[in-house]
Amino acid sequence: MTKIALAAAIGLATMLASGSALAGKDLDAIKARGAVICGVPTGIAGFAVADSQGKWVGLDVDVCRAVSAAIFGESDKVKYVPLTSQQRFTALQSGEVDLLSNNTTITLQRDTALGLDFTAITYYDGQGFMVNKKLGVKSAKELNGATVCVAPGTTTELNLADYFRANKMSFKPVVIEKVEEIRAAFFSGRCDVYTTDVSSLAATRAANVPPPATPEDFVVLPEIISKEPLGPMVRHGDNQFADIVRWAQYAMMEAEEYGITSKNVDEMLKSENPTIKRILGVTPGMGKALGVDEKWVYNIVKQVGNYGESYDKHVGPNSLLKIDRGVNKLWTQGGLQYAPPIR
Amino acid sequence: MAVETLGSPTKVKVSPWNDPVIRGWVFQIVVVGLVGLLAYFLVSNTVENLQRQKIASGFHYLEREAGFEIGDTMIAYSPASTYARAILVGMLNTLKVAVLGIIMATILGTLIGVGRLSPNWLLAKICEGYVEMFRNVPLLLWLFLIYKLISEAFPGPRQAINVLNSFFLSNRGLYFPVPLADPIHQWMGVALLIGIVAIFFVKRWAKKRQDATGQPFPTILAGVGLVLGLPIVVWLLGGAPHHMSWPELKGFNFEGGTVIQPEFTALLVGLVLYTSAFVAEIVRSGILALNKGQTEAASALGLSRAHVMRLVLLPQALRIIVPPMTSQYLNITKNSSLAIAIGYPDLVASVNVTINQTGQAIENILIIMAAYLSVSLSISAFMNWYNKRIALRER
Repeated sequence: MTKIALAAAIGLATMLASGSALAGKDLDAIKARGAVICGVPTGIAGFAVADSQGKWVGLDVDVCRAVSAAIFGESDKVKYVPLTSQQRFTALQSGEVDLLSNNTTITLQRDTALGLDFTAITYYDGQGFMVNKKLGVKSAKELNGATVCVAPGTTTELNLADYFRANKMSFKPVVIEKVEEIRAAFFSGRCDVYTTDVSSLAATRAANVPPPATPEDFVVLPEIISKEPLGPMVRHGDNQFADIVRWAQYAMMEAEEYGITSKNVDEMLKSENPTIKRILGVTPGMGKALGVDEKWVYNIVKQVGNYGESYDKHVGPNSLLKIDRGVNKLWTQGGLQYAPPIR
Repeated sequence: MAVETLGSPTKVKVSPWNDPVIRGWVFQIVVVGLVGLLAYFLVSNTVENLQRQKIASGFHYLEREAGFEIGDTMIAYSPASTYARAILVGMLNTLKVAVLGIIMATILGTLIGVGRLSPNWLLAKICEGYVEMFRNVPLLLWLFLIYKLISEAFPGPRQAINVLNSFFLSNRGLYFPVPLADPIHQWMGVALLIGIVAIFFVKRWAKKRQDATGQPFPTILAGVGLVLGLPIVVWLLGGAPHHMSWPELKGFNFEGGTVIQPEFTALLVGLVLYTSAFVAEIVRSGILALNKGQTEAASALGLSRAHVMRLVLLPQALRIIVPPMTSQYLNITKNSSLAIAIGYPDLVASVNVTINQTGQAIENILIIMAAYLSVSLSISAFMNWYNKRIALRER
């Protein structure tokens, strides 16, 4: 019942919001409030998870922090609202959150019919399958008749049905909303297969296997069955706020491309390179164009780090997950991450 | 003035402002107008907001392909079916669990309620403990506990508990054989219906005969005979087709036969255990509300304890029991939406996925509300009819 109540309340809120979605309205509200309200996943190691002190950390969280640093000059003016895959769009549509950084796949439907906008891609992902090693399965093509654990209301759920249809196989879904409950169902053996984005599979395998089982007991199958470009979303109607989110993401990539890190950013202020001078606001103009402080990139990199630092710390070599950077390398290193120039 | 008019039948002229009739009308028109305005404001504002934010609206999406799979379906469904069908599948699943839940909770609750009044100390205490245990813990926790017990305690399908090579119990559910589809099954269904109708007439006839001659007739036994016997006779006449579909371990799971899934079991068991505790209290209060003299008089007539309960106490207690029971039946129906927590694909689950894939929350919430409202109103209407039927007729 609580789900209905929540949805009904949100529906009512939509009805009552006399809202005029003028440009800049969301940004004004954020500034007046003194904090960005950021919708994050309820707990995916590496992307958004509350650590032992209750502090949110992860790749998704760093987007929220970067936006906060750009607007307020401080990265910690963020209120985090954990949202399940089913709550997230309604929460953003109704104004409960300003920004959704929720491992959300960009699709045409979501960009249009939902009344939402994507900014930039934080992570190039793809959907995969994880199984218990004991089953002896080597390929997703051998999964005919399997019971599959999957989160409802996701592109994952649709890709799964498409993949099995395309390969003339059948499956039984077990669909539970809370990601913790899905994992529990998978690890207890209720399902043969757990499917979601490969990054989340790696996170689950690294951080959530209940003892006495170990991560080595589970294997992620080689097939990647979909493109899942993950990125943050904002509401239609405030283009300035959307620009700030988009360029906060690009700033982190630009910083990596030009070798600006949280460690050396102070020395970089003295750099003679005109591009770096422009990025860090030594040559003014960029901040004014975006409607934020001229030192916005400095603040982001100093407090949050560049994209590479963020990646390495949360999902890369310095984390439990140790996911290979793969296609998420910068374009200069043969990856897909390519930020338009800050000029 | 008032003193002068007292007791006089003539009409007194009052100003329209003080006329209670006119005043009543004015107030009613104002209230209706305000409600109408509020409704108009809400609807027009919503439509305007949706249009401005470019959020799609309307019910056209119901015709589109749903694209997601559902784990437990009573009618044919595939990802290629429409959203409308996906929602219908969810609706049927909700009805299935609600109807079974209502029947089972009524039976169990009545037994427990009567048990609490038993002179047997142990039985009464056990029933009391049951009521207190189930009614004082939230239903959601019971659902989680039962679901966890099923999925953690039972082995995987390859190590399934095997009973007579035909029943297989595992964390995928209980698999058991079913007869292969045969045209005779339809006729057996017809025979079953005829049997049920026949019981009604037999009961009437038996009552008449007992009133006339005083001889009791074993109605229950005859009823069981009719309901079971008629379909069996039809089956035998049809050549007794006995081909069965047996569950067999193939690959990951069993194939063939049919299955009762853990999610369904957990939800049904949780709903029944929880609601029967309330039903038990309603039944107990209904019986206790009767005058003690009823029991004593019935005993004095020489009726056995079972007869006292069945023929004297329960029929009278029903009048007290039925109205609050209606609320419990509605509760079962509405509480079944907790299914979402343990992954049973009920109406709410189907609609929630649809909301997420289409983004049309308001239309879908309207569908959910309309569906629950119509089911609940049907239950109320039936129970009100039944209540009128058994109500004390004053002559």
